[in-house]
Amino acid sequence: RLSVLLPTYNERDNLPLVVWLLVRTFRDSGIDFEIIIIDDGSPDGTQEVAEQLEKIYGSDKILLRPRARKLGLGTAYIHGMKHATGNFIVIMDADLSHHPKFIPEFIRKQKEGNFDIVSGTRYKGNGGVYGWDLKRKLISRGANFLTQVLLRPGASDLTGSFRLYRKEVLQKLMEKCVSKGYVFQMEMIVRARQLGYTIGEVPISFVDRVYGESKLGGNEIVSFLKGLLTLFATT
Amino acid sequence: MTKLGQWLCGLALLGSAWAVLALAPPALQPPSPLRQALLPLPLYLLVAFGCYSLATVGYRLATFNDCEEAAAELQEHIRAARADLRRRGLRL
Repeated sequence: RLSVLLPTYNERDNLPLVVWLLVRTFRDSGIDFEIIIIDDGSPDGTQEVAEQLEKIYGSDKILLRPRARKLGLGTAYIHGMKHATGNFIVIMDADLSHHPKFIPEFIRKQKEGNFDIVSGTRYKGNGGVYGWDLKRKLISRGANFLTQVLLRPGASDLTGSFRLYRKEVLQKLMEKCVSKGYVFQMEMIVRARQLGYTIGEVPISFVDRVYGESKLGGNEIVSFLKGLLTLFATT
Repeated sequence: MTKLGQWLCGLALLGSAWAVLALAPPALQPPSPLRQALLPLPLYLLVAFGCYSLATVGYRLATFNDCEEAAAELQEHIRAARADLRRRGLRL
């Protein structure tokens, strides 16, 4: 059984679309599922939309577990997992950059190698990105190269957040990880390797529809580098 | 051992080997051509690594897939989703 954790903040427009795609994907492939929506008090009415979806699809499939304010991704996962009844957990973005159609491929890959974690990668096979200009791609590839050299992580895409985890594995990792943002996703993979978990990869396409509005600022690059160096020195 | 620790150990090992061979007193020096190659070796390796990095990142940048079809497919799916959700009673 699969539990999809969907942390949301101001995703009033995208949430119903993501849920619709998830439900369709799972019904078409006969996968037993539940979708856990963790809304951090979005001011745009995301929670109301979530409630409508719960009525449409049933409260056994759509679980609403909101929180009062924006408390961060890590704690959202922990909070969501408390209510998850599946033995596998999928984490993904709710803004349609991650397409649910890849989830059956994650499952197939997991069975193929009995992996503890299956990570979606934008950098291998026919994985890729839509909506990035040259500068953004350069930063992405440059940062990834630096990460590969320093951490030799055994996975091609460390900052990706479209992954399948065994439930116990995710729980164990959440206890150990302390970083925020991009570095948090990186730390999960690094710690997973330390603990001897196996990681499989599936190429995914990442469709960025918000890049025009949210540029990758100097602040984020600095905090990424700080986080990378911290991981370098402590793991 | 941390990654930093591995790097420091590796560099210490290679560094001391280089120092021993390249900076040895006249009595223990290796033959002259070897010494000439050895002395600037660290700098050469650094430059070589720099070139490798540029080439690798450049290649990866050039071959970074652009998912045009995925974006188009997503637009279709969005249209279908909106229509179906409206039928099922979702008020946006």
